[in-house]
Amino acid sequence: MRTLSPIFYLLAALTLAGGLATVLLKQLVHCALAVTVAFAGLALLFLQLDAQFAGFAQILVYIGAVAILIVFAILLTRGSDLPKDGVFSRSWPLGLVIAAGVFAVLGWAVLASVGAVPQQNTVPAVTVHDIGDALVGRYVLPLEIVALLLTAATIGAVIVAMHEKERPR
Amino acid sequence: MTTPLAGYLLVAALLFAIGLGGALVRRNAILVLIGIELMLNAANLNLIAFWRFGPHPEALTGMMFAIFSIAVAAAEAAVGLGLVIAIYRHTNTAELDKIDRMKG
Repeated sequence: MRTLSPIFYLLAALTLAGGLATVLLKQLVHCALAVTVAFAGLALLFLQLDAQFAGFAQILVYIGAVAILIVFAILLTRGSDLPKDGVFSRSWPLGLVIAAGVFAVLGWAVLASVGAVPQQNTVPAVTVHDIGDALVGRYVLPLEIVALLLTAATIGAVIVAMHEKERPR
Repeated sequence: MTTPLAGYLLVAALLFAIGLGGALVRRNAILVLIGIELMLNAANLNLIAFWRFGPHPEALTGMMFAIFSIAVAAAEAAVGLGLVIAIYRHTNTAELDKIDRMKG
């Protein structure tokens, strides 16, 4: 793969269109659908980069769990009602300038270092078996820490969102 | 003429900028969280692209980094959305402009 394939352009356009629609659409439920499209486009990009495990993990975690969580949060906070004074904050031009500036810096850095990065184009011969071996071998300590973090985060999320006791006013 | 790696990095940079813009300009707390998720995803795309095109992909460093990053992002989404729901219960709004008191 010396040059970029047409499939890459297609997937990149799908992902970026999903991201843009997420940021620009007014109805929160539509935003949740658009962000799912962006997550799916990213998963397909991972698959195209020969990272099958990461691609399927992306589909399971993001489309399967995070998107559902977002829909739940939108419906629980009655986010489907449109606010009267617009969906964008008053200082939106400043936010736009900051985002454009960050993209300009990142894009300049990428384009300026195109030749400097060594690049190998052979498809890496990595199987899920190798990933499993690495997870319980070299990376076993991070795996344990992530397990602990997920447990703590789940308990924390439940406690934070648990129903508040009615206080006397 | 760009190399494949630069193409992926540019897409990731654009996605990061879109996520950052979303987090900065939207008023709803849930949309700000979604913007942060988009930024995390852009970082993951960078990690996978560097793993694929960098030297020694068999060491699996970038891939592992991306997998752990996905797990941490899932935990972050759960806690963040839980916080948004708790704040909504307390103030009856998820609009960030209206949540301007430290004292409940």
